[in-house]
Amino acid sequence: MDTTIKKSATPDSMFTSKLQGLLRWESFLVLIVFLVCVMNSYLSPYFLDPWNLSDATFNFTEKALIALPMAMLIIAKEIDISVAAIISLSSTLMGLVAQMGAPVYVVAFVGVLAGAACGLFNGVLVTRFKIPSIVVTIGTMSLFRGISYILLGDQVVRDYPDGFEFFGQGYVYWVFSFELVLFAFFALVFYWLLHRTTFGRYTYAIGNNPTASYYSGIKVDKHRLILFTLVGVMSGVASVLLTSRLGSTRPSIAMGWELSIITMVVLGGVSILGGSGTIAGVVLAVILMGLVTFGMGLLNIPGIVMTIIVGVMLITVVSLPVLITLYKNKKAKAL
Amino acid sequence: MNNAIFSLKKVSKVFPGVRALDGVDLHLYPGQVTALIGENGAGKSTLVKTMTGIYQPDGGEIIFNGKPVQFHSPHDSHALGITAIHQETVLFDDLTVAENIFLGNYPMTKHFSIDWSTMVTRSQEILSSINAQMDPNQILRELSIGQKHMVGIARALSVDAKVVILDEPTAALSHHEIHELYELVNTLRDQGKAILFITHKFDEIFTLADRYTVFRDGCYVGEGFIKDTNEAQLVEMMVARSIEATYPKKDVEIGETLLEVSNLCHTTEFADISFSLKKGEILGVYGLVGSGRTEVMQALFGTTDHVTGTVKMNGKEVIIHSPKEAIDNGIVYVPEERQKQGIVLELPIYQNVSLPQMERLAKHGQIDEEGEMALARQYCERLQVKASCWDEKVMNLSGGNQQKVVIAKWLATNPKVIILDEPTKGIDIGSKAAVHEFMSELVDSGLSVIMVSSELPEILGMSDRILVMNEGLIVGELSRADATPEKVVSLATGGSVAC
Repeated sequence: MDTTIKKSATPDSMFTSKLQGLLRWESFLVLIVFLVCVMNSYLSPYFLDPWNLSDATFNFTEKALIALPMAMLIIAKEIDISVAAIISLSSTLMGLVAQMGAPVYVVAFVGVLAGAACGLFNGVLVTRFKIPSIVVTIGTMSLFRGISYILLGDQVVRDYPDGFEFFGQGYVYWVFSFELVLFAFFALVFYWLLHRTTFGRYTYAIGNNPTASYYSGIKVDKHRLILFTLVGVMSGVASVLLTSRLGSTRPSIAMGWELSIITMVVLGGVSILGGSGTIAGVVLAVILMGLVTFGMGLLNIPGIVMTIIVGVMLITVVSLPVLITLYKNKKAKAL
Repeated sequence: MNNAIFSLKKVSKVFPGVRALDGVDLHLYPGQVTALIGENGAGKSTLVKTMTGIYQPDGGEIIFNGKPVQFHSPHDSHALGITAIHQETVLFDDLTVAENIFLGNYPMTKHFSIDWSTMVTRSQEILSSINAQMDPNQILRELSIGQKHMVGIARALSVDAKVVILDEPTAALSHHEIHELYELVNTLRDQGKAILFITHKFDEIFTLADRYTVFRDGCYVGEGFIKDTNEAQLVEMMVARSIEATYPKKDVEIGETLLEVSNLCHTTEFADISFSLKKGEILGVYGLVGSGRTEVMQALFGTTDHVTGTVKMNGKEVIIHSPKEAIDNGIVYVPEERQKQGIVLELPIYQNVSLPQMERLAKHGQIDEEGEMALARQYCERLQVKASCWDEKVMNLSGGNQQKVVIAKWLATNPKVIILDEPTKGIDIGSKAAVHEFMSELVDSGLSVIMVSSELPEILGMSDRILVMNEGLIVGELSRADATPEKVVSLATGGSVAC
């Protein structure tokens, strides 16, 4: 440490280091997305057709909408695995009010509101009663879906009002579906929220050290409560889209989605232990998953094989940087 | 000089941007205590990690019993009988004393299961060899900090240790416990073990050590026998400048009463706490570990539940149930557990400094990074935080500089009362002096300071008034003129002194 220490810091150094941080994981994902694109277009002539690509986005937009707040929740050291069950309950409630003859916007509003209420319920259990979020949401996962089964039984609701199909099937302009545009909009909103606002900064602080955050005057429990509610709201929104796209509600809707959503978040470079991650990474991971599933669909690969491939991809992509650093260290030592 | 059992020769360790060790030498001799002295950031912790195999050196040689050795992992150094007792010992609260002592090294039966009875008997032997009285089957959570430390030491001795490294072992101990530790070190020395003792406290060096080695900024400065040196010489070697006054207490005009606490009670931790704090005053709070002093301060800061009593600021009653309310009322708290409560290690310096007042700095909820940077620069420069830039992560700083960042964070909120809980715990003499000087400056600018400390010289040197706590009660109040070490200690330990 014989070097003299720089006393002053220029704001420039702040931005260069940010850029460097961004270059690592996200650029890696961009590279893989690019590779998958090249591979897909080579394997199938139908891949680069704009309408085919547009159709493909329906595979992931609803999940991706939940992945955005889920990323923030995981960064804050919490998790919610009841999201698919929230979709189910919210969809069921929409079905019931639709049967009563409610107009389009009331149905959609009920969907979002139901999601918000479920998220708030999770949040209250976690913050008020100090139960770990994984335990709470395992419980509410069964609870929410259980209520759906009780309300609907083996019934299927199909009588949605005219115009409701727009949310999941409509197009805003040319190939750009309402779902895709909504996802793009929320991606920007959550980017702003996590990276540009005090709320986002608190999320990182809490995820890295909840005690010190509390000692710094942050209302940690209130923050967590808001995050859980946000996840609930977005699950409600996803439920509106999914119900509208399918045109029907069953209690078993969106079964198993929580895991694909968490997969997207982790693939996007969010630390499952909390404290780090970016929205850009999650968006890239969403696109990557969408492209891979679409490519495999074009090649007529059966669904079960697809899940295997997605699983292997997750483990490979997440472990690659770790393996690379290990390799580098070994090489450095050998020198 | 050649009979050293363990030597480092020209050992270097480089981290990105920092040369933590630059060709350092160190020799340890059987049956002798070598004190390693150096300021924070001198490379002491890195050295310990290199000696125990946690880090691998980038250059130089490690020689054990005359033969060069390489440690690829902590296991390798452990196998040779090198064992370290760290500053903050890593123990497991939910395991028993015996399990903690033998963790990772459980005695096994022939049938591949743990030999519990051997484990308990051997724990008992080790514990009694260091005069620690406790039941090996007790759960660690139930022990006091001092007792936990003894378990840490017992753990280090569970292997047949030849080299024992003590990394600031007294930092968390009370007066009485420190004496027990001294006896223990003497016992170990008599058993012929080579001991490396790392400390900031000069009285410890002169009571315990036979030899010394001094580091500065990752470099070896010198070594020798303790009997041939004196404090002034060592300080000069450490800092390469002489420190005149460690306690730069300025006389500041003391103003009106600012904070008034009356009848503060807690169901279990403390009772009937009443005191007042004047503008420009440094109030020292002394007490042994477990006397309730930290709990009282945390109650003032709003982090403790179930507290009754009243707190008045400027004659007006304030209600504080959370740190946010405390900060809003101008009371801030620099906690004892710096890394756990004081700072978010993974965030950069400037984000830590701005954390308590993000809302004030933001425009419509949107962060103003330039403003944050300016704030961080202003206060970190005032406190002379040493960092390559203000967006460096706090975990890359030394302990003393981390503490300065915590203080900078709170000063930036323009507080009226600043509570410092063990402000110089585990930081080196240079940073200590800087913190003390800064306290003087603070009260000069109209702040009031409450300083909790278990270091007598610090309490006596810095306080205008001293409150002594024992078992959750305020047992005495001494003015600066009246306070003597004997009076303070006797009050704190429950003795009766007329005052």
